[in-house]
Amino acid sequence: MPSLFYEEYFPVWIALFVSIFLSIIIFTLSYILAIQNPDTEKLSSYECGFDPYEDARNTFDIRFYLVAILFIIFDLEAVFFFPWAISLSHITSWGFWTMIDFIIELALGFFYAWKIGALEWE
Amino acid sequence: MLVLTILKILSVVVIVLIGVAYFTLAERKIMGTIQRRKGPNVVGFQGLLQPLADGLKLFVKESILPSNANKTLFILAPMLTFGLSLIGWVVIPFGESLVLADINVGILYLLAVSALGVYGIILAGWSSNSKYAFLGALRSAAQMVSYEVSIGFILITVVLCSGSFNLSSIVLAQEKVWFCVPHLPMFVLFFISALAETNRHPFDLPEAEAELVSGYNVEYSAMGFALFFLGEYANMLLMSALTAILFLGGWLPLLDIFPFTIIPNSVWFGLKIGGFVVLFIVMRACLPRFRYDQLMSLGWKVFLPFSLGWLILTASVLMSFNWLPN
Repeated sequence: MPSLFYEEYFPVWIALFVSIFLSIIIFTLSYILAIQNPDTEKLSSYECGFDPYEDARNTFDIRFYLVAILFIIFDLEAVFFFPWAISLSHITSWGFWTMIDFIIELALGFFYAWKIGALEWE
Repeated sequence: MLVLTILKILSVVVIVLIGVAYFTLAERKIMGTIQRRKGPNVVGFQGLLQPLADGLKLFVKESILPSNANKTLFILAPMLTFGLSLIGWVVIPFGESLVLADINVGILYLLAVSALGVYGIILAGWSSNSKYAFLGALRSAAQMVSYEVSIGFILITVVLCSGSFNLSSIVLAQEKVWFCVPHLPMFVLFFISALAETNRHPFDLPEAEAELVSGYNVEYSAMGFALFFLGEYANMLLMSALTAILFLGGWLPLLDIFPFTIIPNSVWFGLKIGGFVVLFIVMRACLPRFRYDQLMSLGWKVFLPFSLGWLILTASVLMSFNWLPN
């Protein structure tokens, strides 16, 4: 809708451009103005006392991946809640109990994840 | 219209950046006082110009681009963090109708902006191609997404009570009583989640100095580091402002009677943000760091069930007493 673009969301777009522009300007100005004097040792990755390995992208704990998946599920749940919260006075008790049912089913999933140890970190 | 909007936005940006500068000075001064030191007191009167000197120093330092980093992403990451921390401010109401973009989905917008913040950190950690940065970024991302879930549920609780996503309407809904009174547990939970979301003490696992040096920004120097730093502190200010809006009545005065109404609304808002800033700093000075497993189990096993339960309780009470706002 053009009216929304030009009225309500107009400052948001402008702020987006201003912040992109500002960060590029700050970084480039500093890069140009400061004296650049690189050498091999200075440009190597940080490490304590020995030469760093070529590639630092090692395998990592699977739990980080599990957390990401759980986050997707629960954040989607939260997204379902938002329209419900705002229209609760219109959808009356039918809508209320439907959501309670939804919560119970999600809580079952949550306790299952808890039970199999997906939330454990040692 | 365009020029006026740009000027308005720039004025907010300048205020936020000055706020960030003096946040860092306040942090060093207050922590100094707690540890019986003076803190910075050389540059300017009692060290008042210290943040400007620091900024200038970082500006003229050499920007190091590590040889085995992915250069484009490496440069993009701090810009993303900094830019995202600024665009959140357009929907924050500083006073009655003193807001840049009065959009009717302000809360969703802020949730989206804070969720995007994870990308800057992941990009930084991955593109640096350094072990410390990589581990720091992973920890930071996992921590931020974990606490975002409970932040989402707390926001829904507030939306239920105010009946609007618009931040100004949420403030106006608190004219009779601030939401921190009926929702005191949620207020505390939200503040703790904000600490975890901004990777702040006592949840600063991503930059645990003793093990990860400084976390995802270990490879950054000069302006790249400064942009991360500004972004992080602007995010803390944004979370303080959001907490003030959601639970402490935003710009509303303490009581709507004579001696309190002299102070302008925006000053009240600033005072509330300042209070949270001091709380952020005192938390850093007083509390020991959490272990990572404690942090994750606090987020998933305590905050998530508790905020969900409180949400159901609030909805049930509002439904059964017919108190829902329309």
